[in-house]
Amino acid sequence: MSTPYYVSPEQIWEDKRDFVRRGIEQAKEVVVLAYKNGLLMVAENPRRTTYKISEIYDKIALASTGRIAEYEALRVAGIRESEIKGYTYFREDVTGKWLTNLYSQYIGSISQTWDAKPLEIELLVCEIDADPSVGNQIYYIDFDGTYREEENFAVIGGRAEAIVEILREDYSSDLELSAALQLASQTFEKVESEESEPYQITPQTIEVACLDVTAGRRKFRRFSIEEITEILSHAS
Amino acid sequence: MLKLHEYGTNDFLQVLKNRHPDHLGDWTQLNGINDNLPHNYLEGTTVLALVYDNGVIIAGDRQATEGYQVGERRIQKVYKIDQHSAIAVAGVAGPCIETAKLFQVQVEYYEKIEGMSLSLDGQANYLSTLVRSNIGLAMQGLIVLPIFAGYDKKIGKGRIFKYDALGGRYEEDTYYAIGSGGKDARATLKKLYRPQMSEITALNAVAEALWDAADEDIATAGPDLIRNIFPTLTTITDEGVAALPDNTVAELFRELISRLEQT
Repeated sequence: MSTPYYVSPEQIWEDKRDFVRRGIEQAKEVVVLAYKNGLLMVAENPRRTTYKISEIYDKIALASTGRIAEYEALRVAGIRESEIKGYTYFREDVTGKWLTNLYSQYIGSISQTWDAKPLEIELLVCEIDADPSVGNQIYYIDFDGTYREEENFAVIGGRAEAIVEILREDYSSDLELSAALQLASQTFEKVESEESEPYQITPQTIEVACLDVTAGRRKFRRFSIEEITEILSHAS
Repeated sequence: MLKLHEYGTNDFLQVLKNRHPDHLGDWTQLNGINDNLPHNYLEGTTVLALVYDNGVIIAGDRQATEGYQVGERRIQKVYKIDQHSAIAVAGVAGPCIETAKLFQVQVEYYEKIEGMSLSLDGQANYLSTLVRSNIGLAMQGLIVLPIFAGYDKKIGKGRIFKYDALGGRYEEDTYYAIGSGGKDARATLKKLYRPQMSEITALNAVAEALWDAADEDIATAGPDLIRNIFPTLTTITDEGVAALPDNTVAELFRELISRLEQT
């Protein structure tokens, strides 16, 4: 008879965390920051059809780093559940907090199944509200389903911590769109330049979208390369 | 709990059928034509659409009837679907509004899932399915009839689709009107329609058609100058879907009335 092997729960969690961290370390970053009219979302992503930032519902967007296929399944599920809820009740009843809990429960249940591969992703659920008492909300969801609320800005991806450090120095509230986009691009350039040659962000290498409180019912807007070029030209 | 295995579908009606069949009316309970059906439901009356040089106008009056009575004076019959399309519904008001809402959600659902808009033909075809799903109602004589209009960016012009109660889809390249006053509106449009009309000529023609429908058909309402309720007139062009503000519509009808007074 073979000896049943024992692995301590601490060890399982440690292994899973290491496994996910190794994946995320490779991932390019996504920066979300509050600007004058809402939330700006910027990702380093030279591809033009596989997005890291997407519209979920009227005032909710989802940003992610890590495995695209896993993100895609979560994105579609989020849209579906939001539409069902909005259709059943009312569009305003679909909130970022509700969606964050939904994701959190699902992601958590996978990571707690001990022989299942944890999802190799980090998520940011972004929501804006014209009501100033609600305001902008950014929820960070980790691979194990734990989540926290972030204020003003949030970063996911390999060098998230380094970018957060830069933003702590350079971020100020009530930025114009162009200034906010320039700030986000500069953080990418700064973290890369520390390690190698001078690094240049161009409109072709970033994916940019925003949740704009002044827009109609659908607050999400994705910018084309031409629009990104135009916005950056306004930055001083 | 999220269910990721449902990933594949971009069809919201299918999602509802799987997850919430209770949200979709079950009309199979009603069996055969029943003349004794209590007539306490609203019916929408006249809607129409007309192609002009820059796009298409879609319009409707604001009244719903309940039997021989006025059921509602401010009902909305024209609904924006996406950036370049809108639907106008006539028939049993409840299912009509529900069809418009479901259609709008479906088109937006598709757009978000696929990352690109559903083509105008794709939208028109999908609406067939929605109308057909009300077949149980149609068999009771409770009919949902939409007109679907949109600006087709690929060919650069406005298009109109009409439907029959069983989901049959037919394209009209000039104008169309349905509902209780539909025939009267069509008669007016038949006389006034010209190819490549300008926007203002087209709007005047639509206003006159709605006026004539209200004049001939007791269920259709014209402009209500006392309560300030005006028919809905919406233009769909390359720039998008725009509902005319009430004061512009009021002005159109005031001019029409003064023209009629002179003749």
